[in-house]
Amino acid sequence: MFVSTNWLKQYVDIDHVSVNQLAEDITKTGVEVEQVFPPTMDDEHLVVGYVQQCEQHPNADKLNLCQVDVGQGETAQIVCGATNVAQGQYVVVAKPGAVLPGDFKIKKAKLRGETSEGMICSLQELGVDEKYIDDEFKDGIYVIQDEVEAGQLAAPLLNLNDSIIEFDLTPNRSDCLSVIGMAYEVAAMYNQDVKLPEVNVKEDQEQSSDYIDVEIEDEQANPYYGAWVIKDLEVKSSPLWLQNRLISSGVRPINNIVDVTNYVLLEYGQPLHAFDYERFGSQKVVTRLAKEGETIKTLDGEERTLSSHHLVITNGEESHAIAGVMGGEDSEVQEDTTTVLLEAAYFDPQTIRQSSKEHGIRSEASVRFEKGLDITRVKEAASRAAQLLAELGGGKVLGSIVEEGSTDWTHDQVSFNQSEMEQRIGAEISLGEMKRIIDRLQFDYEVDGETITVTAPPRRQDIKIKEDMIEEIARLYGYDNIPYTLPTGEMRQGGLTHRQKLLRQVHEYLQSTGLYEAVTYSLTTERNAERFMSPDVTSLSVTPVQLAMPMSDLHSHLRLSAIPELLASLQYNVARNQYNVGLYELGSVYAQINGQGTQPEERTRVSAAVTGLWENHPWQGVKKPVDFFALKGIVEGLLDYLAVDGVEFERGQLEELHPGRTAVVKLNGDIIGYIGQLHPTVQKEHDLQETYVFDLNLEAILEGSNTREGYTPITKYPAIAQDLAFVVAQDVPAAQLEQAIMTQGQPHLHSVRVFDVYEGEHMEEGKKSIAFNLIFQNNERTLKDEEIEEARESIVNHLESEYNAVLRG
Amino acid sequence: MKERLQSLKEEALDQVKTVTDQQALQDIRVHYLGKKGQITEVLKGMGKLSKEERPIIGQLANEVRDVITEAIEGKKSKLEEEAIEKQLEEETIDVTLPGKPTQVGGSHLLMNVIRDIEDLFTSMGYQVAEGPEVETDYYNFEALNLPKGHPARDMQDSFYITEELLMRTHTSPVQARTMNKHEGKGPVKIICPGKVYRRDTDDATHSHQFTQIEGLYVDENVRMSDLKGTLNALAKHLFGEEREIRLRPSFFPFTEPSVEMDISCKVCSGKGCSVCKKTGWIEILGAGLVHPNVLEMAGFDPEKYSGFAFGMGPERIAMLKYGIEDIRHFYTNDVRFLKQFHRV
Repeated sequence: MFVSTNWLKQYVDIDHVSVNQLAEDITKTGVEVEQVFPPTMDDEHLVVGYVQQCEQHPNADKLNLCQVDVGQGETAQIVCGATNVAQGQYVVVAKPGAVLPGDFKIKKAKLRGETSEGMICSLQELGVDEKYIDDEFKDGIYVIQDEVEAGQLAAPLLNLNDSIIEFDLTPNRSDCLSVIGMAYEVAAMYNQDVKLPEVNVKEDQEQSSDYIDVEIEDEQANPYYGAWVIKDLEVKSSPLWLQNRLISSGVRPINNIVDVTNYVLLEYGQPLHAFDYERFGSQKVVTRLAKEGETIKTLDGEERTLSSHHLVITNGEESHAIAGVMGGEDSEVQEDTTTVLLEAAYFDPQTIRQSSKEHGIRSEASVRFEKGLDITRVKEAASRAAQLLAELGGGKVLGSIVEEGSTDWTHDQVSFNQSEMEQRIGAEISLGEMKRIIDRLQFDYEVDGETITVTAPPRRQDIKIKEDMIEEIARLYGYDNIPYTLPTGEMRQGGLTHRQKLLRQVHEYLQSTGLYEAVTYSLTTERNAERFMSPDVTSLSVTPVQLAMPMSDLHSHLRLSAIPELLASLQYNVARNQYNVGLYELGSVYAQINGQGTQPEERTRVSAAVTGLWENHPWQGVKKPVDFFALKGIVEGLLDYLAVDGVEFERGQLEELHPGRTAVVKLNGDIIGYIGQLHPTVQKEHDLQETYVFDLNLEAILEGSNTREGYTPITKYPAIAQDLAFVVAQDVPAAQLEQAIMTQGQPHLHSVRVFDVYEGEHMEEGKKSIAFNLIFQNNERTLKDEEIEEARESIVNHLESEYNAVLRG
Repeated sequence: MKERLQSLKEEALDQVKTVTDQQALQDIRVHYLGKKGQITEVLKGMGKLSKEERPIIGQLANEVRDVITEAIEGKKSKLEEEAIEKQLEEETIDVTLPGKPTQVGGSHLLMNVIRDIEDLFTSMGYQVAEGPEVETDYYNFEALNLPKGHPARDMQDSFYITEELLMRTHTSPVQARTMNKHEGKGPVKIICPGKVYRRDTDDATHSHQFTQIEGLYVDENVRMSDLKGTLNALAKHLFGEEREIRLRPSFFPFTEPSVEMDISCKVCSGKGCSVCKKTGWIEILGAGLVHPNVLEMAGFDPEKYSGFAFGMGPERIAMLKYGIEDIRHFYTNDVRFLKQFHRV
């Protein structure tokens, strides 16, 4: 909201502070200032001039040579190019020495051989926004319509010396949606009085009730409606002072009638509407809820269809306004209007909010109605408007407003205890100081011992409970004056839970492997939401959760795997010539396991996607693309790091992955995720080279994570190493052999590890050689050769019989 | 014999002087000093000498042997030194060539900010509380004093799934959930980080998904000054000791009074510049004393308990701290961005 400081000064004394100080003070105590617009011009070289004579320039067809009275008996010769300049006009003259907006300095000059002592200005040249300029003056100089004198200062006349403050109002402070409301706020801040305008209506003998009757059908939606008739009006431009007030508030002047209603709206915060009485078409105002499908053409020329919860103002038959939102075109005030039906009403905020939203109209009126007005000021605002209409339109205000409903207001009372208040704020504020603050707010109150009972005025509908008064007192006491303290309550041990610590370790581990942490979107496309689902997710037979009203198809469904979004990130990088990228994410997937419409279960998964070179040290000849075993190593390392037992890797299948290069990860026999290479078609779809991914249920991993208890002593007996190589069929998985060796090698076999795999030349078709390194160890004694030999024999025999393995010499 | 020894000595010393490799030096040793070497040969003829001459020649022979031995030893160590030097020279590398890269990844900037704030508050006795991202209407709105029909909970602003379920629009529901768990008994001292969602079109300053971190402290006698002290500690931790804070009135349905916290602008130190829109202050977060309705709905007696809450956006904090101009950088995962902030 824009507030003119020149206007504000009419109601509260702020001459002692600069506008920037005012802005800072009010931001700190009440309402945030968004911006301060300094005066566009405040220059004594800008004066009113009277064009005494205007002739064509002797040496230029398109220029005029004007003799302009600029006051104090001085006549200036000014060359002017405007087509609308004429003798007898009062105009704005920038005399030599004036500086116009844009740092445009006016100097005495010679134009085509004629001296020009200044410039006759258009409003644009004076920094007035084009949208506020009457069509008549858009393409030429501005001709002053008001009564003025030559030599009079023009900057104040056109309000160019005004500073405008733009406020960012919070929804609770609807009381500040008017200049008078703002004046109360400023007055409270600086401990000043508010000077309200003097409202004095001269009513005619003729009665409004002879012309109009009011009927309210729905008192809940429309608690009060007042109608006033003003006759014999002349529609014309408003005087400058009024136009200035509107422009400084961001409202375009239209004509004196509409301008007055807008002026009072800005001044009191009370929206009013002026109907053309003749065009209204009846002697009765009926306010009612609209009929379903009823239509109305609003002032903006739009045909609008109404619903049964929209409140309308009718003449008993047709609707003439969407109540509180916008008037109808049919009864709009026009140039020939002479009698006006002035509406001053109070509408239910909820009704107006819904209506305004459904019609997509946020008018100055609806913004105020929907927040809740001061109902006790409706009539005062109507009187103010009637008075101004009489003054500025030459109208005759007919006797007493015709009204229906009531403007009664039930005051909220809020009681609080001084010491409790002091305690809650944490600053020493005496009873006297509190009373002074409440005085500044101009709230009524009573004191009983330590208890203060405040009666909130109707303009402050946000004051309802004790805490509201804590805010009032604290902010006016000054947040700056409240000390810095730290809570003194009972100490509790803070810190991370075991799970949170583990999660942090998972992050640290993954980062130490060379992966970067990524954050991707939870909402994805319908297709992506169903892709890369790990078998443990698929087995829940869930469908992705869908948004009721997505903004776009890109983010319409909740993911069941982070892989699709991670791949999008890889693609993004590769498209920008970042070819070697490894990303991981710890994030939720959303499985609606209890059926459609139930709150999904959010399960944390750990996912990664890697593309490009995994090892890259070219000058020493190391340039290895990422492969399956790089990712498997990371996964194995993670499980090892978290001391998870019972892990197996098996060949697996996933539609989006390479059928020969995919493993499912099992924990105690249950699948918890997968590792694999993207299927070549999926790689192509993402413009990626060989890319590997893994996606694991982190919840299961954390659950399987063992905490170490005690320690294993370091043995002083030597370990004995043995290497065994076998030739087996190519399709025998290494893990199976490893497992078999481990079992057969007991009780002394400590570990077994593949150290060589060979297939190809010198090897029988369909066979491979696989070599294992075995470590035997007994923690209590040195092992005997026979014990090793025994184990070795058992292993060899078993592998020969079970796997048709041949021990290599 | 004397002459013979003298000439052997000179001959040997000459050879030692000119020899260039260790093997040749060894040969010289054998040739002169070996069991069948020249000196030994000479000494064999000692029998023919007179009694008087024998000790003289014997002594001379020993002298000659010592001199040659010493020369050979000297030469030997010299040759060894030369050999090492040669080896070192051959093994010299260009140390300016690039090293073998160590694989190290890194954390995400947003997560750094969140972990940093978590660490600060856990050190002050807070616990980290988490909650679901798909939230019920009750916890996301109603329990936070935003009843149905409240203007601030416009359907247009939230991603609803059903009428009762939506993507949480803030992390505040975690506060309500945690308070509920405490069954009306304080203190509650938590910090709640997490992802939140709003119906915004993604652009430089909006993201339909972003993060939030909120704090809540409920106990007997919690004061506004405690909130101020806590926020001051946070602001200084995040932006530096020299930053000032100010609180100014604001409005949130779940707190009363509500405030916003600004910090003094780092760029202009409060003088006013384009970063702070000439105000000298930059808005950081929203806070306030927990609204009695919120306490009550969560089972706390507002006459006995009071509390404060605050909430901030890690994106905004990171953007201010590092001058990042586009919020989308946090979600594209461009490695050129990630690598800049991979450590706290």
